[in-house]
Amino acid sequence: MQALLNFFFRRQLLSSDNFFSLRNYLAQINFLFRKELLTIFKEPSTRAVLIAPALVQALLFGYGATYDLTYAPYAVLDQSRSAASTELLAKIDSTNIFKRELTLTSPTQIADAIENNDLILVLSIPSDFEARLAKGETAPMQLILDGRNSTTAGSAAAQIGAIVNTYNQTRNGVASISIERRAWYNPNLESRWNLMPALIAALSMIQTLLLAALSVAREREQGTFDQLLVTPLTPMQILIGKALPSILVGLLQSTIILLVIRFWFQIPMSGSYWLLYLGLITFTGAAVGMGLSISALSTSMQQAMLYTFLLIMPMMLLSGLLTPVRNMPEILQIATYANPLRFGMDMVRRIYLEGAGLHEIAFDFVPMLAVAAITLPLAAWLFRNRLG
Amino acid sequence: MSDNLNNTGFISRLIALVHKETRQMLRDRSNLAVGLLLPAVLILLFGYGLSFDVTNAPVAVVMEDKSPGAHSVVAGFQGSEYIAPVWVDSMPEAERLIRAAEVIAIVRVPIDFSRRLAAGNAQIQLLVNGADSSTASVLESYVNGAIATWAQHQVDRSGVAVSSGSVEIVQRMWFNEASTSTWYLVPGLIALVMTLIGAFLTSLLIAREWERGTLESLFVTPVRPLEIVLAKLVPYLVIGAIDLILCLLAAKFLFQVPMRGSLWAILLASMLYLAVSLLLGLFISGKTRNQFQASQVALLVSFMPAMMLSGFVFDLRNVPTVVQVISHILPATHFMQLIKTLFLAGDNWSMLLRDCSILVLYAVLLTLATHRTLRKKLD
Repeated sequence: MQALLNFFFRRQLLSSDNFFSLRNYLAQINFLFRKELLTIFKEPSTRAVLIAPALVQALLFGYGATYDLTYAPYAVLDQSRSAASTELLAKIDSTNIFKRELTLTSPTQIADAIENNDLILVLSIPSDFEARLAKGETAPMQLILDGRNSTTAGSAAAQIGAIVNTYNQTRNGVASISIERRAWYNPNLESRWNLMPALIAALSMIQTLLLAALSVAREREQGTFDQLLVTPLTPMQILIGKALPSILVGLLQSTIILLVIRFWFQIPMSGSYWLLYLGLITFTGAAVGMGLSISALSTSMQQAMLYTFLLIMPMMLLSGLLTPVRNMPEILQIATYANPLRFGMDMVRRIYLEGAGLHEIAFDFVPMLAVAAITLPLAAWLFRNRLG
Repeated sequence: MSDNLNNTGFISRLIALVHKETRQMLRDRSNLAVGLLLPAVLILLFGYGLSFDVTNAPVAVVMEDKSPGAHSVVAGFQGSEYIAPVWVDSMPEAERLIRAAEVIAIVRVPIDFSRRLAAGNAQIQLLVNGADSSTASVLESYVNGAIATWAQHQVDRSGVAVSSGSVEIVQRMWFNEASTSTWYLVPGLIALVMTLIGAFLTSLLIAREWERGTLESLFVTPVRPLEIVLAKLVPYLVIGAIDLILCLLAAKFLFQVPMRGSLWAILLASMLYLAVSLLLGLFISGKTRNQFQASQVALLVSFMPAMMLSGFVFDLRNVPTVVQVISHILPATHFMQLIKTLFLAGDNWSMLLRDCSILVLYAVLLTLATHRTLRKKLD
């Protein structure tokens, strides 16, 4: 009851008073803000944990997270040992991608080869291969793929298919139709171009959300949050003081990742940096709002951390980071509207790669703003009104 | 409780400690939420939500050449499960759709298509949105294949050119006959869930006791550091085992992923990996002695690499050597490879032996390392 009276009393003071009280209001926020920054950055090891990982992960994932088939080791069982089969195999070997690691001599070796040797595929050419071709018939060639990663296997098969098509066309002398491919926004269709901008949002969100989630929970666990509540600060001031440092850390991490993408991987930035940062502030604000709400609900750091993970995991999976949202069932696609990461990533990708303007991505802001508008005031309310 | 602690026996002290840890774990509902609810949610999301298989991708088809011959080139798209064609009249309209992200590719049949086809140099334009490069690549190879097949048919039908034979690919996808990404994502899910249980649930356990000073009071009792480590492990092993069973049941009955290896091999490998990841969490906890840092580090060294670098979705054959070396330092990579093989290919004894030995080695090393962080000394 007392808390409620205080709450209203100070509200009154602020609205009725003049310029001085506004300055006072901001000064009070400033004190809390500086104290929060100090808590985050005073310890060298904590500083390191908030800055180094963004850099290391951006580099590691930039190289490691790729869907592009760049190296496809394969084995050949050539039972025809003919001019035709040699010619076709030479065409396959002449790509930079396929590398013949093994030459088999009997079909019984196929199973072993594919199971143990990290091969993507085995090509098996029957003994009547050339004879059939000479007669003008269709000569079958067997392609055995390692389906333990069916996505890679599928793209290897597509490449072999393209080589065989060209081979057939030159044999038959009818290059009657050609396909001219142009890829917008990513001329060589490198998956790194697609993934890295998404990481600007995804990687920074993970740590920022956790940082915000632990901020109030840590004070509750140590008992200092009660002290903060009896200071003249209003819940709104506490909220701003707690949210700003986390948002800053989030933007700092996004900037580190952005620099790695722009200058290390040299992916061209097509859009406006102003718009990108406007979007990132909105996105990080939504993430921090979720974090602070969790924080206000938790009684211990353990709880805050676990609830954060409970949230982060589905958010990552339903964001379109690894698989396109379009491939998800309808009901999950609807669920993604509550996920600021989905729209944050979409926004960053489209500004960065497509150079989209505000009018083209305006819709991305709606779900992010909605989440921020719900979670931030909720957190402020929970600071005082959480029971227990 | 205190009676038990006064006993000198290893077993009775261990039982007392396990009892304490179990009660501590059960007291906080957030443990159970993450330990049991999250895996269940993940199973459903993985099985139904994640798919790399391109189906019904919206593609704008611009028919500038309205002749029947030109139409037959793209007629095949209509019944395709990969492509949902959107027929548009003009190129500007199609470009507007691709900018608005309503379609992801444009197939353009130019106005002079039929004329140039007769001359033998017809061209079709394919314009893809590279911002979604993996879907774009799949679409490209699909369109290429469809048109090559069409061209081959035209040649066969016309009978103009004397056929000099052609090569046909008979394709078989081993281990994944359905050629669906769910089959390799679901075994990978087991690795991810085991990683998550380990890192998230245990990474705060020791740090919390350091922060609250309860570890120091534990040091004045007769318990030994090794007993503390083992006792902290046991309750979470049980949670992990329940999750493992959940995953296996879902894999078998919900998603019908084949289980070609023997069940005991899958169980053995999974429990081994679970122990490794629990110990990794405990080690982080003991090393940092700070809940805030422990939670950040746990997230960074366990979960993110397990998702991005273990070969879960990104094929390690395609990454540079340095990244390959780093990913092979991770226990998750070895388990990921093993569990996918056990599920899809069957028992592979040499791989089972090699990867399980690596996991045992990690378990021993991590136990020793955690043990070191708990040596009875005060700062």
